[in-house]
Amino acid sequence: MKKGVMRPGHIQLRVLDMEEALTHYRDLIGLIEMDRDEQGRVYLKAWSEIDKFSVVLREADEPGMDFFAFKCVDEASVDNLRAELIKYGCKVEDIPAGDLKDCGRRVRFDTPTGHKFELFANKEQTGKWGINSVNPEAWPEGLKGMKAVRFDHGLLYGPNIAGTTEIFTDILGFDLAEQVVNADEAGIANFLTCSCKAHDIAFIECPEPGKLHHASFLLETWDDVLRAADLISMRDVSIDIGPTRHGLTHGKTIYFFDPSGNRSEVFCGGDYHYPDHPTVIWQEEQLGKAIFYHDRVLNERFLTVLT
Amino acid sequence: MSQIITKHKIQVLNQEQEFLCPSGIALLVGMETINSHCIDVGCRGGGCGVCKIRVINGSFSSKRMSKAHITDEDLQKGVVLACRIFPTSDLKIEVLHTPTSKQVIV
Ligand code: FES
Ligand SMILES: [Fe+2]
Repeated sequence: MKKGVMRPGHIQLRVLDMEEALTHYRDLIGLIEMDRDEQGRVYLKAWSEIDKFSVVLREADEPGMDFFAFKCVDEASVDNLRAELIKYGCKVEDIPAGDLKDCGRRVRFDTPTGHKFELFANKEQTGKWGINSVNPEAWPEGLKGMKAVRFDHGLLYGPNIAGTTEIFTDILGFDLAEQVVNADEAGIANFLTCSCKAHDIAFIECPEPGKLHHASFLLETWDDVLRAADLISMRDVSIDIGPTRHGLTHGKTIYFFDPSGNRSEVFCGGDYHYPDHPTVIWQEEQLGKAIFYHDRVLNERFLTVLT
Repeated sequence: MSQIITKHKIQVLNQEQEFLCPSGIALLVGMETINSHCIDVGCRGGGCGVCKIRVINGSFSSKRMSKAHITDEDLQKGVVLACRIFPTSDLKIEVLHTPTSKQVIV
């Protein structure tokens, strides 16, 4: 947080069919539908989030991720980071306030991995959904499906993750919390945090630019992860793998796909990272265990199926 | 009460395999149901492109497929994603080798 970047703010995902996508993000994962705009985009959030939305869905003829945004502490931080990004050589685009409903101006930049990221400082705060801000109850009634607590992080695939990681660490002030290194000590998977979480964003090296591996949502307990797995079977949803535990970050997890093929994760638990902590290293020979702690073998689909 | 489920014979020519796919079920899911592995399975949502096949003959209905993997030209040639087509007759197909994002760590 030393450069003013606080947390993931929103992710905009492309879907092939909006109503089908809503059965996934709203009815299965349990996000709240907050708004829609003239372009037909749908805005959602998880119940514990203060800001108005964290997931934006856009219907398109190719699924994947449009952009991933981080919220900064104030507009001055956005200005400073904007100047630093330009100086570093990133292509920077200014998106005016209101382009996303009830969101302030955003600064968009590109990265060597081919992903678009954004920084912003202002978005309407509607408060936790279904909970009073004074004397708040433990959780709101009326949540659907997996009852996701918050949008947590993303994992993206692309070329030159070293280049993108440098932007995140040197300019945006992220820490490299965990890393998988190959025999030459080069990072082939980088997990970055701007908070105390084990990761707010992660990258895995792959020749194809701009790819989404998954968008991840937090659940409270392991029992919630098992119930999420039950719902995936009950509703005949496309499963990827799990429930299991990761070696990397040690989170307890399950992966599945939305109706357009974008991968989702719900998880609970896992490690934490303070700025004085050294980077946790995994060696490539242990990649199976790093990714799936119980099976300890790589799963081809997990590594190669992307949108 | 009882409903007759039509099953369509799917011949996978370049894998020398065949299986029956009930109508209303996506071809890829039909294949998975009988525990065959002749077509690669990815997202099952028309997004990742790993299940690409060519339909040589037969009829089917389909759902939207990612333009990143299936162009209009592909469609003309019968190139489709097995997870997005629903056979409406017996089909002859071939599996197309799709180099998925081959990545450095595998
Ligand atoms: S399995 Fe992903 S497109 Fe068919
Ligand atoms: Fe994750």
